[in-house]
Amino acid sequence: MDRESFARLILRYLLLCWVALIFLFPLVFMVVSSLKPDLQLLRDSSSIRAFLPIGDISLDNYGLAAERAPIGRFVINSLFVTGTTVVLSLVLCSMAAFSFVFLEWRGRGVVLAVILATFIVPFETIAIPLLLVVNNLPWIGIDGFRIGWINSYQVQIIPWIADALTIFLFVQFFKDLPKDLIEAARVDGATWFQIYRRVVMPLCGPVLATAAILKFLVMYNQYIWPLMVTQSEDYRPVMVGLQYFFQLNTAWGEVMAYLSLITVPVLAFYLVLQRAFISSIASTGIKG
Amino acid sequence: MAAGPQGRQGLTGWAMASPAFILMLIFLITPFILAFGLSFTNQRLISPNPAEYVGGRNFANLLDLSFFVLEPERDEAGDVIYDDEGEPEYPRLRTYTRNNPDYPHLDGMREWMSIGWSDDSRLVLLASDVVFMKALTNTILFVIIVAPLQAGFALLLALLINQKLRGITAFRVIYFMPVVVSIVVVAFLWRFIYDGQNGLLNSMLGFVSFGAFQPVDWLGNPNTALPSIMAMSIWQGVGFHMIIWLAGLQTIPVSLYEAADIEGANRWQKFRYITWPGLRNTAILVLVIITMQCFALFAQVDVMTRGGPLDSTQTLVFQAVQRGYERQDIAGGSAISVLLFVFVLLISLFQRWLTRDKD
Amino acid sequence: MKVAGVLKTSLPVLVLAAFGASAQAQTPLSLWYHGAGNPVEREVLIGLIDDFNGSQGDWVIELAEFPQESYNESVVAAALAGNLPDIVDVDGPVMPNWAWAGYLRPLELPEGTIDGFLPGTIGEWNGELYTVGLWDAAVAVLARQSVLDEYGIRIPTLDDPWDREELDAALTTLQASGDFEYPFDVGMAWTGEWYPYAFGPFLQSFGGDIFDASIPTAEGVLNGDEGIDFGEWWQSLFDRELVPGVSQDAADRETGFVDGRYAMQWNGNWAVLSALETYGDDLLILPAPDFGNGPTIGAASWQFGVSSTSEHPDGANEFIAFLLQDEYQAAFSNALGLVPATADAAAISEYYSEGGPLEVFYGLSEQQARLRVVSPGYLVAALEFEKAMTDIASGADVADALDAAADAINDDLERNNGYQ
Repeated sequence: MDRESFARLILRYLLLCWVALIFLFPLVFMVVSSLKPDLQLLRDSSSIRAFLPIGDISLDNYGLAAERAPIGRFVINSLFVTGTTVVLSLVLCSMAAFSFVFLEWRGRGVVLAVILATFIVPFETIAIPLLLVVNNLPWIGIDGFRIGWINSYQVQIIPWIADALTIFLFVQFFKDLPKDLIEAARVDGATWFQIYRRVVMPLCGPVLATAAILKFLVMYNQYIWPLMVTQSEDYRPVMVGLQYFFQLNTAWGEVMAYLSLITVPVLAFYLVLQRAFISSIASTGIKG
Repeated sequence: MAAGPQGRQGLTGWAMASPAFILMLIFLITPFILAFGLSFTNQRLISPNPAEYVGGRNFANLLDLSFFVLEPERDEAGDVIYDDEGEPEYPRLRTYTRNNPDYPHLDGMREWMSIGWSDDSRLVLLASDVVFMKALTNTILFVIIVAPLQAGFALLLALLINQKLRGITAFRVIYFMPVVVSIVVVAFLWRFIYDGQNGLLNSMLGFVSFGAFQPVDWLGNPNTALPSIMAMSIWQGVGFHMIIWLAGLQTIPVSLYEAADIEGANRWQKFRYITWPGLRNTAILVLVIITMQCFALFAQVDVMTRGGPLDSTQTLVFQAVQRGYERQDIAGGSAISVLLFVFVLLISLFQRWLTRDKD
Repeated sequence: MKVAGVLKTSLPVLVLAAFGASAQAQTPLSLWYHGAGNPVEREVLIGLIDDFNGSQGDWVIELAEFPQESYNESVVAAALAGNLPDIVDVDGPVMPNWAWAGYLRPLELPEGTIDGFLPGTIGEWNGELYTVGLWDAAVAVLARQSVLDEYGIRIPTLDDPWDREELDAALTTLQASGDFEYPFDVGMAWTGEWYPYAFGPFLQSFGGDIFDASIPTAEGVLNGDEGIDFGEWWQSLFDRELVPGVSQDAADRETGFVDGRYAMQWNGNWAVLSALETYGDDLLILPAPDFGNGPTIGAASWQFGVSSTSEHPDGANEFIAFLLQDEYQAAFSNALGLVPATADAAAISEYYSEGGPLEVFYGLSEQQARLRVVSPGYLVAALEFEKAMTDIASGADVADALDAAADAINDDLERNNGYQ
């Protein structure tokens, strides 16, 4: 390696690191603060000390936070709701997108337009009407038949499975896939479902990873909706749990500890998918 | 189309699209239609009184505008009275807009903005709902500024981390980190950073400028509050769009770049003729998503400023939520949602027309 | 609880219980409470519930806790969905709204149950008793004896509080000393109900109010001469930088006085314990100033009521009557620093007994406390008031801001037929 390209490499890393700092500092603040007692945390928050684990450092806040709220329960609830929704969403939305892009059927343009138009509706603005809808839906569970989904897992999962963003993501991706791939499979006598399953989906690494991450984030950070529809701790997710820490005198250290804890699963999920992401680079020869 | 492959294809098409579509029909479209219906009533969130149909009143209350020429005060001789600084003195607008039988059409309206008119008089634009108007203009401003900046920065970052370098994974994770943490949490952390007295941002700027920088009350000043929220939103959301760009970048075959290398193309040419055309669908995706997210601006405002100071950070969704839930005026909140929907629909149709396939 | 244990052990018993043995079982009553996330509060409440469940054979209380920040939203959502619990707790000023909406039914407590209760703990609306609280909350000026002495500022008393000029002089003196970031802190960081609760009484003391529930209107009440007078004073606090502005963060609110950066602070009894820890005997808890119409602080805190959909109102009432006993008032007070509802309970409590560190708050609640407007319209009016206070503090024209709030309140009253 010659000198010039070595200098260039160093420059690249410096740039990467500098940008990294910009993105990292509030999170460092969060984690470092979770190790400090409240008063020290607040006093440090105005100086560089906010980022340094100095002073009275301990894991006490984590213990106290666990005492204040059933954190494990909340995380499990969130992971169950999020995981189920992500899986179902990927299957149903990719299937719908496949149908919109590759299949000819009457009304397809209209249906797709209607679906994409729902993208414009911010959830906050339809929450109350949605509450009225789910409250009148039937459900058959282990405990028999009942009307109304309030206070359950399904009320947090089913309304969120299908969404315009995920479908749109797949549609845009499918448009880039070579049509002759599909044609070839048709000629070989494969059914449409087989093409979806065996030909198209295996090529979907990057978009599946992207869609999964985006959906995961949306679901894991749900707040307004579970607030409205969960009434017992058995179903409460992490963001509603965050409210446990905002008492009249907020326990800042515990808030930071709780935030640090609930961020771990998301990071882990991203790290795992990130690998799928990288490995799919190899398969990008598919195009053209 | 009853028989043959086309008919079967149609059936399969419906079958594959319908699970997702039916779910959306029940959980998105039905509630929206309900909200649409509510916007023509006086439905309250909490009330023992039944809702009544009120026609377009909710919309009129939001959108009514009026002009008024405000004449300066004159003395008995008819000359304009000037104050100590030489500015003409005006009567208070509230003497016209409140309980004044001579101006019934101005009743309850408030000043939105005003400009100088002829002969010391001022032309005042009155709105029946000034807060809504400010929310509307703030939202548009937010979209116009944040959408291109965020998309651009995200692309730069995606290009930056799409390199083959040792340890690049670590950077991919770090750049994505702000997205991972909920926007509510992020907004909450940034309140510390923006604090006017002893916030981190002020300390840092003071340090960099060797104390020359005067501390700014970022969220407390009507001029800096919205830009502060914009900056934080870009910071938080840019990683999200970075990975969408990245997914797009990775669908571009490496062979194309290899061919370009052989032909001796430089870096810019490769971007201009391979990367950018290859990102066409991704670009549409990113722009659409960012635009929608910007229009839905809510959590940051809710946590950081709650619309203030002096309505400088009001937004449409924040107002819809404020009215619908907190002020229990579910009909008024729904009316804002409907207006937002119509408005964005028009914009996206226009966008679609602009980016239509030429062939 | 016993029954639940048996049920778990054998299925046959379950079947029996379901088909006939139910006469023996205690009927479950659901109770919703706003205290999720406070282990101390939870412990007191659970202890109390266990006592009740063990004290009789008819009812068994089942507790569901919600975080306070979102408690009201949870209840409203449940009401819309038609599944309210038997017993709810409700913030005092919100009660008329829920009673009007039909969420609550009037209490039927044994005669004399609420004799001697502080007025702020009794939730009456439309001539009916809907809710009762075990405690009240009170607000005071926190200051330090050493600081006031140093600058020669008179220490006000309940009988002789500061008037407007005296408060003003005290603030400017403290500001001129240069020893403090701000001479006073009213707590702008605490958005929400704190604004009408803590600042509404200033307006009342000036002679105005948020609105007049008897007519009902806000016109001339909120934006009348007294209201504008109050607004000008309020704005002057911020113009002269006597108090931190709207962008104050919660951290400064919490540490400013304790760190000595704020000379004085307008704060509630629940937040006094940390100041007491820091300053000990030096801490002064001073009464609200008198702006001309008598010194006033807000009354009413969380209270308990029975939902209209409860199938067992007799049991729910029995529980509420049980819970109002002095010993439980004292237990909550000891755990959370709240003002007990009765003098007897105060006497056996840790902080409010004679010579107790917070005793003065009982006097404040008794003498200065005044209810916020008792009307279903309060909920919306309070939000408009909050907005006006914020806007005025940020430099909006006082009369215009109050006009806007008065119009919005009147619109809301009109939309609801005056909440009649």
